[in-house]
Amino acid sequence: MSSSETRVSALRAHPAAGWSLLASELSVLFRRWRTWALLAALAAVPVLIAVAVRITGGSRSGRGPQFLDQITANGLFVGFTALVVSVPLFLPLTVGVVAGDTIAGEASHGTLRYLVIAPAGRLRLLAVKYAGAAVFCVAGALVVILAGSAIGAALFPIGPVTLLSGTVVSIGEAFLRLVLIAGYVVVSLLGLCAIGLFFSTLTDVPVGAMAATIVLSVGSQVLDELPQLDALHPWLFSHYWFGFADFLRDPISWDSFGSNALLQLGYIAVFGALAIGRFTTKDILS
Amino acid sequence: MTDAAAAITTSGLTKRFGARTVVDAVDLAVPRGSVFGFLGPNGSGKTTTIRMLLGLVSPSAGDIRLLGEAMPDHAARILPRVGALVEGPAFAPYLSGTDNLVRRDTADRYAPSATRAHRVADALDRVGLSHAAGRRVRAYSLGMKQRLGIAGALLTDRDLLVLDEPTNGLDPQGTREVRSLVRSLAGEGTTVFVSSHLLAEIDQICSHAAIMRAGRLVAQGSLEELRGGSGPRILLQTPDASDAVAVFRRSGLDAVVTAEGDVEAPAGAAAPPAEDLVAALVAAGVRVRAFGVRSSSLEERFVELTGEGFDVEQ
Repeated sequence: MSSSETRVSALRAHPAAGWSLLASELSVLFRRWRTWALLAALAAVPVLIAVAVRITGGSRSGRGPQFLDQITANGLFVGFTALVVSVPLFLPLTVGVVAGDTIAGEASHGTLRYLVIAPAGRLRLLAVKYAGAAVFCVAGALVVILAGSAIGAALFPIGPVTLLSGTVVSIGEAFLRLVLIAGYVVVSLLGLCAIGLFFSTLTDVPVGAMAATIVLSVGSQVLDELPQLDALHPWLFSHYWFGFADFLRDPISWDSFGSNALLQLGYIAVFGALAIGRFTTKDILS
Repeated sequence: MTDAAAAITTSGLTKRFGARTVVDAVDLAVPRGSVFGFLGPNGSGKTTTIRMLLGLVSPSAGDIRLLGEAMPDHAARILPRVGALVEGPAFAPYLSGTDNLVRRDTADRYAPSATRAHRVADALDRVGLSHAAGRRVRAYSLGMKQRLGIAGALLTDRDLLVLDEPTNGLDPQGTREVRSLVRSLAGEGTTVFVSSHLLAEIDQICSHAAIMRAGRLVAQGSLEELRGGSGPRILLQTPDASDAVAVFRRSGLDAVVTAEGDVEAPAGAAAPPAEDLVAALVAAGVRVRAFGVRSSSLEERFVELTGEGFDVEQ
């Protein structure tokens, strides 16, 4: 058995923590053309808004999305406006694509079986895939506010911002608030990521999981609009998606952030558990 | 066979999908250090068995031990020592050959990251893919993907290799290379479990084999044991078949005329030496076109056990 012992010694004696799989997941995610196409689509939102406003010379107060009429006076509002526009559809759409692809995408390529027998460990694989989708949420929200701030600064004057509560803050603090709002949006999307991950464990067809995730995000917002379903509203994962306006008050109100974070944690727990239950017992036949 | 001496043992291994039993009470015993051919027609349950061995599919009943430990309970400890090619190679088409192997290697927590680049390059070199390492897998031919799949099984030093149809899609040259690769791995002490529906490939490299048919294991053992079923046969080509049969009968051989008009007889231990038989044939005026003693090939045994034709049995 001596030959066998020397050969085994080529492996580690103890398993590594396994960060390299996460690094690999992120590097693969951000080397795909599709990821960059999604991010480019998100970046196009503030650019389109800014260019349209610049060409038409602004809109009358009270029409269009929140903050739209303030853009001509202060370019920093491009990022805010773009987030308001992206939250209901564009961000859930891109996140749905990435989260729905997590497990089903590997299954459709057949690479899932090789990751499982590597062995990646099914739980670890789920955690890594979820982390990858979460990092994409961060990237998506940052792209919107960064592209928005850049195009806003390029096309419009920028200056101190008047908050909803009437206080005026410096450009620096206004940008910090913008980053906080992006953070709020990221947290908002984490529940949807968990839902996408669960759907992704159900099928070998990534498009199916993506579509289901996106449809659910739209469905949740539609239900949130129906006054007859009042009792249901606080339980919908999209219920606090627009609560980030609280970050434009002075002092900052953390109420909706707290409720939102708690709600998203609940969704992560429930759909994470469903995904684990499904994936750890699943026969991998792809 | 004790567990320590066995690379793979299964007992009563069964898998049902709904009402359909795909693998039915299979008792495999793969000795360590063997090259074990896992044979059977398409649809006989080979791949499902392999998926169960590797913990991809959970058995409906039965136990599996790999390298002396229970699967799938100790999968995290056993699988790093097992390299596998399961139901064809599979890669992310948008990544290069190297990047695909690196990605697979990062999933193995026992694979040291310090030597990763080196091990990936070695594995690619071993299957002759170094020249295409940087190309996207999208642009690979079927044979190149197959080679890359085999490289994926060789990323670290393995105690057991499970290769499912490793020569699929390879040209004759590639098939020869895979054979010599399997031989050299076996020479290093790795147990190789190789499945195929093409017998001729396995006949030449295996020390042991098992034959599946419709989800059941119908034969298992060393190649000698498997061939032993029918023993060597004498084959004579002659225009004077009936005279030849008479000569054979006189020598105590139970000869028959085959459908092709040739004469065939079992060459048991009691049979006279071949040279004496030929002399007797010539002396009796039988014109001999060709005379040979053939040991039965695994192929015949395989056909005997599994039947001929393309029908997938349910």
